Amino acid sequence: MSETLQRTATIAVLVENEAGVLARVIGLFSGRGYNIESLTVAPVDELRRLSRITIVTTGTEMIIDQIKAQLDRLVPVHKVSDLALEGPHLVRELALIKVVGRGEGRMEALRLADAFRARVVDATPESAVFEMTGSAEKIDAFCALMRPLGLAEISRTGAVAIARGARSL
Amino acid sequence: MTNATPAETLTLNGAEVVLRALKEQGVEVIFGYPGGAVLPIYDALFQQNAIRHILVRHEQAAVHAAEGYARSTGKVGCVLVTSGPGATNAVTGLLDALMDSIPLVCLTGQVPTHLIGNDAFQEADTTGITRPATKHNYLVKKSADLARTVHEAFYVARSGRPGPVVIDLPKDILIAKAPYVEAATAEHRSYRPVTQPDAGAIRRAVALLKGAKRPVIYAGGGVINAGPEASHLLTELAHLTGFPVTNTLMGLGAFSSDDKQFLGMLGMHGTYEANLVMHGCDVMLNIGARFDDRVTGKLSHFSPHSKKIHADIDPSSINKNVKVDVPIVGDAGAILAAMIAAWRADETPQDKPALAAWWRIIEDWRGKDCLRYRQEGRIIKPQHAVKRLYEITRELGRETFITTEVGQHQMWAAQYFGFQKPNRWMTSGGLGTMGYGLPAAMGVQIAHADALVIDIAGEASILMNIQEMGTLAQYRLPVKVFILNNEYMGMVRQWQELLHGGRYSESYSAALPDFVKLAESFHAKGLRATDASDLDGVIREMIAHDGPVIADICVAKDENCFPMIPSGAAHNEMILGPDQEGGVAGVTDEGKVLV
Repeated sequence: MSETLQRTATIAVLVENEAGVLARVIGLFSGRGYNIESLTVAPVDELRRLSRITIVTTGTEMIIDQIKAQLDRLVPVHKVSDLALEGPHLVRELALIKVVGRGEGRMEALRLADAFRARVVDATPESAVFEMTGSAEKIDAFCALMRPLGLAEISRTGAVAIARGARSL
Repeated sequence: MTNATPAETLTLNGAEVVLRALKEQGVEVIFGYPGGAVLPIYDALFQQNAIRHILVRHEQAAVHAAEGYARSTGKVGCVLVTSGPGATNAVTGLLDALMDSIPLVCLTGQVPTHLIGNDAFQEADTTGITRPATKHNYLVKKSADLARTVHEAFYVARSGRPGPVVIDLPKDILIAKAPYVEAATAEHRSYRPVTQPDAGAIRRAVALLKGAKRPVIYAGGGVINAGPEASHLLTELAHLTGFPVTNTLMGLGAFSSDDKQFLGMLGMHGTYEANLVMHGCDVMLNIGARFDDRVTGKLSHFSPHSKKIHADIDPSSINKNVKVDVPIVGDAGAILAAMIAAWRADETPQDKPALAAWWRIIEDWRGKDCLRYRQEGRIIKPQHAVKRLYEITRELGRETFITTEVGQHQMWAAQYFGFQKPNRWMTSGGLGTMGYGLPAAMGVQIAHADALVIDIAGEASILMNIQEMGTLAQYRLPVKVFILNNEYMGMVRQWQELLHGGRYSESYSAALPDFVKLAESFHAKGLRATDASDLDGVIREMIAHDGPVIADICVAKDENCFPMIPSGAAHNEMILGPDQEGGVAGVTDEGKVLV
């Protein structure tokens, strides 16, 4: 039965920062029918030669193993790491959330933002933009609370992740 | 950038740098077709003698020819095509090489860098289009990267699991002066495939093999890609263990068809004994094969009682379709050598009585003689045509290479033509590309000028790249095209007969050319056999002729390819022949969905 059991995996991929590398990764997922729940990418070394891609995906254990093996055989890929399998790790996401409204709703939104440790990064008499980092669940919960209070727009980065402790990729 | 480079190395333009890098990589032949964007390379080719260029008649054929060259020599094949349509025409060949793991480097022209993205004349997003059809690809945007990129492309093409690599070359980069650098000796920054197997995995595998009561060795194209030594080692391991051996379509020749331990090919049109051995075995050693759907049949019923060892150079092939017990990543030759050593070192005795009992069962299955056919009367059976071709070529004793197109004739060639050595059999296995055989035969003949090279073809497939008869004539390549002409796209017709109620929708080869006249118009010899009594004479005349020949063998029109595992069925549910077609009626829609 474990062959049909789905799990979510957060995969960190260290790649050469070269033209087309993101297209290769995305093309692999679309061409082979794998899910992408989120994907983030940015260069991570001083010389900007390496980029780190964080992919959140779901699948059976066999599919996730396939995804890792397929990623690993791409020529510009240096390392592939399935963070959950390799020990405790941190996952964070950044969101910018715009709420539009006046009066009591606006006050309630500001109070909740405070409770969720969201920062107000922009405000006008009729709007506010909150910046929030945290787990996807926390951001989901905050957005759900903002919905009746004038939630107008959300921009999210998708997950970035790193292993806890001294281990590194 | 340029001040770091000694001035004298900048005497070469980009095109000359490309050719010098090809030469350093050992390229002797390029298959190609000129056009605007690659004129600088053609100009450089004109002014040198080290690299020979073979002018094909269509870019797809250039890639298949390079595949034939690569597969018959073990070297990296090289292709040169222009931008836009030149590159898009090459795509089928590139994907064919990717699916069959054939090392190629394909140079494509591109519009100048300042025009990229402008929908310029003959512009195509070649790296975008070929990304899923290649192992890797490059767009060279700086002259300083040119030589290094060519060297790296060859490294990537031949290392690990081999495959095709595209280098897209904008015209301004080919014209501008560029520095030459020699191939790097340092390791590649990111691509370093594992070739040496893990010793623990080898020990676990050998322990399973020693304890096997009903073993099988299932060997594929990876053994051939690992070089002829790997085939010797496979034979050594087989003789050491006494295990039966079956080959995939891609692996034919890795183990001699003359060997009494050889069961023939396995899979959809494999032999009865090979498929039943796969179904009934208790330990399976898969070496260099990938559990393709044509081999496994119904996955949930595939070899249900066996422990599986899977040796492959590509970790992504392992546990992709079939869950295995002992995965081994590495080069097939290195793995076989390590297994032989470990087998000898392990003093556990083999279960010889069980193996002997297994062979008795296998001999029983062999007794079915599943490839038998009756050649009666005057109509030539296609199986008989291939069998006689094989027997006559063996009797003549010439070095013989076989290519095929795709369809029934391909399966009959795989079943009735025996191969004793690797690299003698070139067929489009993964992609199943009709039109592969003639250009592939060209590439083989270029590499082996004195050998007998035969394309076993069907009348439908051969028309897909028939223009290459012109290339044969131009270079006096004595390729023999042996057409099993049944006036049908035979495999389509067979499936329509067996699975779609005999509704032969669009599978009749109407308005065929007269192949004898066609051969003559391309300056080749045309022969025809319509009567069984003509067959041997035509085969001998074809082989004896010192030049290209088309032999149009008019065969029985309604012959089916058996044995056959119908779609969605398991290995032990195969149909042996026409007397047993009742079995096909049970194919479900689920089965019909499978191709």
